[in-house]
Amino acid sequence: MAVTKDEVEKIAKLAKLKFSDKELEDFTPQINEILGYMEKLNELDTEKVEPLSHPVEQKNVFREDKLKSSITTEEALKNAPSKDEHHFKVPKVIGDK
Amino acid sequence: MNPKYEAVIGLEVHAQLLTESKIFCSCSTKFGNEPNSNTCPVCLGHPGVLPVLNKKVVEFTVLMGLATNCKINQQSIFARKNYFYPDLPKGYQISQYEEPICEHGFIEVNPKNGSSKKIGITRIHMEEDAGKSIHDQSSATLVDVNRCGVPLMEIVSEPDIRTSEEAYLYLNNIKKIVQYLGICDGNMEEGSLRCDANISVRLKGENKFGVKTEIKNMNSFRNVERAIDYEINRQIDLIEEGEVIVQQTLLWDADANEAYPMRSKEEANDYRYFPDPDLLPVIVDDEWKTEISKSLPELPETKYKRFISDFSLPVYDAEILTQTKSLADYYESVISITDDYKTASNWVISEVLAVVNEKKIDISDFPITAVNLGKLINLIKVGTISGKIAKEVFALMLQDNSDPEQIVKDKNLVQISDTSEIESIIQKIIESNQAQVQEYLGGKEKVFGFFVGQVMKETRGKANPKLVNEILRKMLR
Repeated sequence: MAVTKDEVEKIAKLAKLKFSDKELEDFTPQINEILGYMEKLNELDTEKVEPLSHPVEQKNVFREDKLKSSITTEEALKNAPSKDEHHFKVPKVIGDK
Repeated sequence: MNPKYEAVIGLEVHAQLLTESKIFCSCSTKFGNEPNSNTCPVCLGHPGVLPVLNKKVVEFTVLMGLATNCKINQQSIFARKNYFYPDLPKGYQISQYEEPICEHGFIEVNPKNGSSKKIGITRIHMEEDAGKSIHDQSSATLVDVNRCGVPLMEIVSEPDIRTSEEAYLYLNNIKKIVQYLGICDGNMEEGSLRCDANISVRLKGENKFGVKTEIKNMNSFRNVERAIDYEINRQIDLIEEGEVIVQQTLLWDADANEAYPMRSKEEANDYRYFPDPDLLPVIVDDEWKTEISKSLPELPETKYKRFISDFSLPVYDAEILTQTKSLADYYESVISITDDYKTASNWVISEVLAVVNEKKIDISDFPITAVNLGKLINLIKVGTISGKIAKEVFALMLQDNSDPEQIVKDKNLVQISDTSEIESIIQKIIESNQAQVQEYLGGKEKVFGFFVGQVMKETRGKANPKLVNEILRKMLR
């Protein structure tokens, strides 16, 4: 099941990446190569194997519902490239999710 | 609605859980704080941080599952729902996709005309809320991350709903249940309970579903009903005109009373879910499930039925009294003092709720305690005071929750039920109002009311009205 150039372009778009036509040409066979390598796993018979949801065997790691003081607004906004006194500022978003 | 058609409706309800801290970090969930003051590196999505699940979120969601007849999955896992939006700093929302915590439940609704109906619940899962974008500036969008990571429970129904009334009842039942459980305040106007609807229509008898649309942004119970009716009719009109329904997401505009299509992005709904490697599976074994189920209160539906069967209340009374747990609790405390169930119901529904609604307070802040209201009702029941005087006493009690027995004693309001005392008062009134006596005896029945009024005036309303009537009739012969 080979990935097409269109699909690579779509994946790039979903990741907000922009590639030139040349790059898309280059990446398509590369991605297919990686997928082909992983394909090898399908040779195994997993019929009787429970699906693995997490590689670590530990379960139920929780916090109690307790507040801990955290950082100030000023600290929260410190790394923001654009901000006002209380908010992060981002390029105007129109429309909805 | 055109009777040839039927609507197929499914609801997705998001409920904000009433925890102190967020779902994956120890920041406050408090609403209304300064923007970006309830944040930390985890909910800000800084690199290298790890989410740790709030145990209470699991307990609350299991509680909801138990209250809605769901199967509680022994294992459930978290997944990443990937999309880019400024109010989602990580670039993904942690949610549950495969293996949600609760599945296959139902809620019963009782439509006005028709028998009760079960609405299936497909799943209930845990997830985090996103932040808030503020678009009112012309040059930029502002982002407040405070709400980011506030715990949500999403309840997805089966497409079992057929009318806007059923949708309303289903939603109202969810609201009642979450409030009874104390896991969400259920306020749609403030966004702690949110509802999206998937709607399609088809000819009656057809088994296949039509093309569906999704309506969002219905921020009140009335709007849910109105928006659903609007969309059903819009779809039927299109089909009748030979047009096709386009699958799309619509936003409800309450002021315009119509829905308009949301700007869709090309990649909408391509969320590329995958299991979140940062979070371990959640295991709810039987022991934990049993432990959680111990905090399950009597549910609104059960209480409603019990109020009808045990206290012989009319459906109307039972419905109102069980709308919130605090009101039902108040009523039950009142009738632990008095066994006059219907009178107690009347007082709670008309007098108490009138004050509660007027002052916009919760019943828990109502100044008169249930015990004192119960005593007041008993005073009427045994004939110590009349219903009319009781309303005066009630008004005094509202000021400082004073004991009605004390008020009646202090203000000397005890009903006069002593026949000879009433007789002597009437005798005096007859003597000094001879003209009216002649009118009455001459056949002017209306004058009777004048005498009753005189007796009440003389006794400051304390005379037993029934006795006054009887004795007057006798003495005016």
